Amino acid sequence: MTTFGVLQFPGSCDDRDAVAACERVGDARLIWHEERDLAGIDAVVVPGGFSYGDYLRVGAIARFAPAMEAVAGFARAGGPVLGICNGFQVLCEAGLLPGALLHNEGLRFVCRQVDLVAETADGPESPWARGIDAGETLSIPVKHTTGLYYAPKAELDRLEGAGQVAFRYAAGHNPNGSARDIAGVTNEAGNVLGLMPHPEHAVDPLTGSEDGLRLFASVAAVPA
Amino acid sequence: MKARVLIRPKEGILDPQGKAVERALPALGFEGVSGVRVGRLVELETESPDELDSLCEKLLANPLIEDFEVELDGAGDG
Repeated sequence: MTTFGVLQFPGSCDDRDAVAACERVGDARLIWHEERDLAGIDAVVVPGGFSYGDYLRVGAIARFAPAMEAVAGFARAGGPVLGICNGFQVLCEAGLLPGALLHNEGLRFVCRQVDLVAETADGPESPWARGIDAGETLSIPVKHTTGLYYAPKAELDRLEGAGQVAFRYAAGHNPNGSARDIAGVTNEAGNVLGLMPHPEHAVDPLTGSEDGLRLFASVAAVPA
Repeated sequence: MKARVLIRPKEGILDPQGKAVERALPALGFEGVSGVRVGRLVELETESPDELDSLCEKLLANPLIEDFEVELDGAGDG
């Protein structure tokens, strides 16, 4: 059975939902930000929230947490890592993912259900999207103020060419002005995925969608 | 030694804070103000001013989206 490790920084707030999502398809435990030992962990989730108060810039301080050093090594060794929302921002700041997240174009906090389109056709096969075909639409909520995906134009071209754009907002669903409707990107190898929407909040019909569960099921190699 | 680090969004990067400030000004009767960009100022004291550029690139600024300028205060006794 797959064991997920969910990072917990001071200021994380989606860590428990992430654990609950992971536990639907495997085992999960929290990893306090001062821990360095990822022994026994098969996949890492860097959850949403406001790590270290988001002081200076979102994700900027969390990058230096001892646990993040361990995650960087884990990622370099090919381990599956999923950064959600603030976790995506942390992975970008840490240089594990390309680009940066900027303030939403509309200035406001957005909280709504959006449609995502998977773009996994020519890219590196991400362990988080194995069971998801290119062109499939997932319904997953967003809730953020700093979610506009940005990279210089040449870098965006390179990412698209290399198939590192894993998910885009469906037409009319881009909530924040993200460049080229990008909602999620992977590293070159595909094992690290960053996503602004929250798949861990879409794992039960009670909250409107189970589509998010498919990412966790993909890593655990169990049917969603 | 005292230093001031001025950090601002790179040219061409959308700055919604600057836009919001710019849009608020006419409501207060301040006309003709444009190109508002909002950054931040970090004041610090350091014993290793040589390391300031590196410190800025690694933490104070994200070079992908922000420019920074370092201003040293030679008169400080830091």
